[in-house]
Amino acid sequence: MITADRLVKDYGKVRALDELTLDIPPGIVFGLLGPNGAGKSTTIKILTTLSAPTSGSAVVAGHDVMKNPDKVRTAIGCVTQKPGIDPAATGRENLRLQAALYGMRTSDRNTRITHLLGRFGLDAAADRPARTYSGGMQRKLDIAMGLIHRPTVLFLDEPTTGLDPEARAETWAEIGRLTDEGMTILLTTHYLEEADRLAARLAIVDRGRVVALGTPDSLKSELQGDAIHVDLADPAAATEAVPILKTHGREVTVSGRTVRARVHDGAAAVPAVLAALDAAGVTVASVAVSRPSLDDVYLRHTGRSFADASGEVAA
Amino acid sequence: MITHTFHLAAQSVRALLRQPFFVLISLVQPMIWLLLFGELFKRVVELPGFATTSYIDFLIPGIVVMNVLFGANWAGMTFIEMMQQGSLDRMLTTPLRRGALILSSLVYNSITTVVQTTIIFLVGWPLGARFTLGGVLVTYAAAILLTGAICSISNAYALVLRSREALIGLSVMLALPLAFLSTALLAQDAVPGWIRTVARYNPIDWAVTASREAMAAAPDWAGVGGRLGLLVLVTAALAAVATRTFDSYRRSI
Repeated sequence: MITADRLVKDYGKVRALDELTLDIPPGIVFGLLGPNGAGKSTTIKILTTLSAPTSGSAVVAGHDVMKNPDKVRTAIGCVTQKPGIDPAATGRENLRLQAALYGMRTSDRNTRITHLLGRFGLDAAADRPARTYSGGMQRKLDIAMGLIHRPTVLFLDEPTTGLDPEARAETWAEIGRLTDEGMTILLTTHYLEEADRLAARLAIVDRGRVVALGTPDSLKSELQGDAIHVDLADPAAATEAVPILKTHGREVTVSGRTVRARVHDGAAAVPAVLAALDAAGVTVASVAVSRPSLDDVYLRHTGRSFADASGEVAA
Repeated sequence: MITHTFHLAAQSVRALLRQPFFVLISLVQPMIWLLLFGELFKRVVELPGFATTSYIDFLIPGIVVMNVLFGANWAGMTFIEMMQQGSLDRMLTTPLRRGALILSSLVYNSITTVVQTTIIFLVGWPLGARFTLGGVLVTYAAAILLTGAICSISNAYALVLRSREALIGLSVMLALPLAFLSTALLAQDAVPGWIRTVARYNPIDWAVTASREAMAAAPDWAGVGGRLGLLVLVTAALAAVATRTFDSYRRSI
């Protein structure tokens, strides 16, 4: 339903996409996971015909995004990071304009608007200017606008960023319902939990490339074993701690005063690791064992933890 | 394209009407122009070079045009706001014709122009201005065409610059010379020769001169038509350029 072939996008000297390639089958929620700045939004902009790639090509719903953008535009719905609503217009007016832009007939338009307002619980607020809406309501209106013309492919760029937990849960439920209707959804997110919950398949994007691909479960099971996180009292002691962890586990990495390793059985490994560290005179502040998470998947494929990568961009 | 233009322009008008303060400002602004310049330059007709003895008669076409220039100049702000809101990007992912986005901005600003021009006529009348039907119609036509030209420039700037500050800077740099290198406020024979030469190529001057000539006792209709024709060409060309800037927008985002 969506294919991207070696997409490259340069902004001046900065390469935002570096030969990104994707192939998304119809009827599923496909997640693009990565920290801010990884290239997720740029990918969406190219696939939704908003931005032109520097090189490479993409086909969405059977049409090339550069050669036949209008065909693509008719088939897709977009909900971007910024709320694409006109705050001065009412919810109903926003939907009506959106329907008109797709050339929907008046009778069809009105039924569809009534249906969507009801479905998203916006009936009561329909005739109030959208600027008076809460963040969650604006996001719902935004999604309703993306759905107005019954698209076959829906793009959701960070749909829950900036929402409170309650609104986020509602949005998740709504996205789940959409796939039941057979729509193909491309979702970008920098929330690991969101990708884990919603995406049937997942691509991890890092520095403009896809570094891992699969279902959330298959990605996690590739890791085989538990993660063990040791927080050291003194970050300088990491040099002594790393060789010790290497004798007990695999894939040892250090970030700040945390040393991570992958072990076959976490619960069994902890006492041995602690005893060895103690014998070497390394003081441990805390230790934690976890089942493989997407964070670990990310760490394995990019060499840094998800939180660190997000921080890099923010800094 | 026409349906899209209509829907977009209607949305803008509705948004404007919901902000009574802005409506009020845009109604008062032309009155201030007229009263201020009318008083400031009252005695200017005593200078050699003025054929008329009533500055208000002379001034009205000038004020109409200045009002257009300093109003339509800000049209691009709407696009900058839409970029920041995200609604521009959302529209660009729909099958909406790019030309309709530019055209709706021209329609919306032309509506403002017509209302404000009417106010200038209505305020000018008790101040002693005399109008002819032909003159009034030509003034409206020139004002609408000029609105289209200035709006297109402003929209093109907005799509290329994508920054409020840069747009303000460039707009002012454009508007002031255009206004003062014309005969909007002073008669042709009362301005230095070089300004007279420059003014001949200035669309602002075409609009003012056409309106003023059409208002005269025995208008030179060929001259009026020629200038309106030039305005049509310039406006169409600028609107086409503004529509093309969406391609540059697509490459740069």
